[in-house]
Amino acid sequence: MAGTALRGRLSPRPLLWQVAKVSAVAVETASVATITLDVPDWPGHQAGQHVDIRLTDDDGYMAERSYSIASAPGEPVALTVERIDDGEVSPYLTDELRVGDDLELRGPIGGYFVWEPADGGPLLLAAGGSGVVPLRSILRHRERTGSDVAVRLLYSSRTLDDVIYSGELDHPAAGVEVIHTLTRHQPPGWTGYARRVDAALLAEVAWPAGAMPLAYICGPTTFVEAVSQALVQSGYPPQRVKTERFGGTGGS
Amino acid sequence: MSPVSRGFHRRRQESAENAGRVPPGQYVTKDFPVLSAGPTPHTPLDRWSFSVGRPGRQKSWSWEEFRALPSEDVTVDIHCVTKWSKLDTAWHGVSVDTLLDLAGHDGPFAMAHCDGGYTTNVPVADLTGGKAWVAYAYDGQPLAPEHGGPARLLVPHLYFWKSAKWVRSLELKDTNDPGFWENYGYHIYGDPWREQRYAGD
Repeated sequence: MAGTALRGRLSPRPLLWQVAKVSAVAVETASVATITLDVPDWPGHQAGQHVDIRLTDDDGYMAERSYSIASAPGEPVALTVERIDDGEVSPYLTDELRVGDDLELRGPIGGYFVWEPADGGPLLLAAGGSGVVPLRSILRHRERTGSDVAVRLLYSSRTLDDVIYSGELDHPAAGVEVIHTLTRHQPPGWTGYARRVDAALLAEVAWPAGAMPLAYICGPTTFVEAVSQALVQSGYPPQRVKTERFGGTGGS
Repeated sequence: MSPVSRGFHRRRQESAENAGRVPPGQYVTKDFPVLSAGPTPHTPLDRWSFSVGRPGRQKSWSWEEFRALPSEDVTVDIHCVTKWSKLDTAWHGVSVDTLLDLAGHDGPFAMAHCDGGYTTNVPVADLTGGKAWVAYAYDGQPLAPEHGGPARLLVPHLYFWKSAKWVRSLELKDTNDPGFWENYGYHIYGDPWREQRYAGD
């Protein structure tokens, strides 16, 4: 673990707040938007890291939240945000923020849930809902670096309309398989999985443990717990199962 | 000076009673979010033990022995570096004072070691004087595995990553070496009231 820690270690300089400018806002689904930022002094990031953002109102009140970076290293910083209706920050980001607006941020943060081509694979990426965001950064990083590591992305969404990045995921790069499951509603003629991810589903979809896969799981706690427990029980070494769990259900 | 975020309006208003209890940059949640690096370990209680001391000179307790130690109810506010705070959380466990009294004080720093390989560093001065516990119950129930059960460290005056889940030992040492998240750029100490989230804060 020590070697990984050193590689993932943040630069020793303080993570200063800086003002980025919104350069694009793209609607992904009815409740999800991707915000692309022009960050004047960006030190670069690894696939899977996140940033802190900070909003300030007229009275000087501030609200801070963390969001995963959706773009690959070398691309402009992009955040994909899901609106939590009773949240304070996410509705502002998805509904109010426009091109040209300022957005304060600092980062990148985190060095554990990251992937570099040298980490190898095969990769099992498992996403619950907007947990796909850091995994998309990993997918783009793999493609941009010309890595030929084999990837399976297992992506659980409530409905087809809730699938984020559907345009990209419908046409994956060579060596990438995308397997969807729709847990709440399936369109007519749907032939994919139609249930929450369980051990039987993983037995069909996940790389066998003997292939020495590397797993990245991101989503709500129940999803991450179910997938990670099933993978460990099927023989994945726990240290090769990286997890990122969402925080509160009503907080962001 | 932070720029005003055009069109942003405060939606959360902490009650006057809570106002002084929420550190900068935090918001109050009623949920109990789960954040951990890696799969939740499930160590059977008959293979669980807890140790305190220098390597090779540790005092160790089985689960049965640990549960027989003097314990207390604790109600505290907790603050996660991912921005949520939860007020009035109710725990039950053994004070680290009790553990150190039985094991013998030996060293200014402690490294918590956990099932799954997680570590975090805390000065011993922050674990003594009624400031830290090894908790095995939450809200009157055995501590759930996803929240760190069978037992977790509870150091509520520091960011909650210091309250290590699945804790199995406190290694006493002379140097303040970084633990797991501290090695990834999180603050070596982690005081939420000084907003010490990351190295350099």
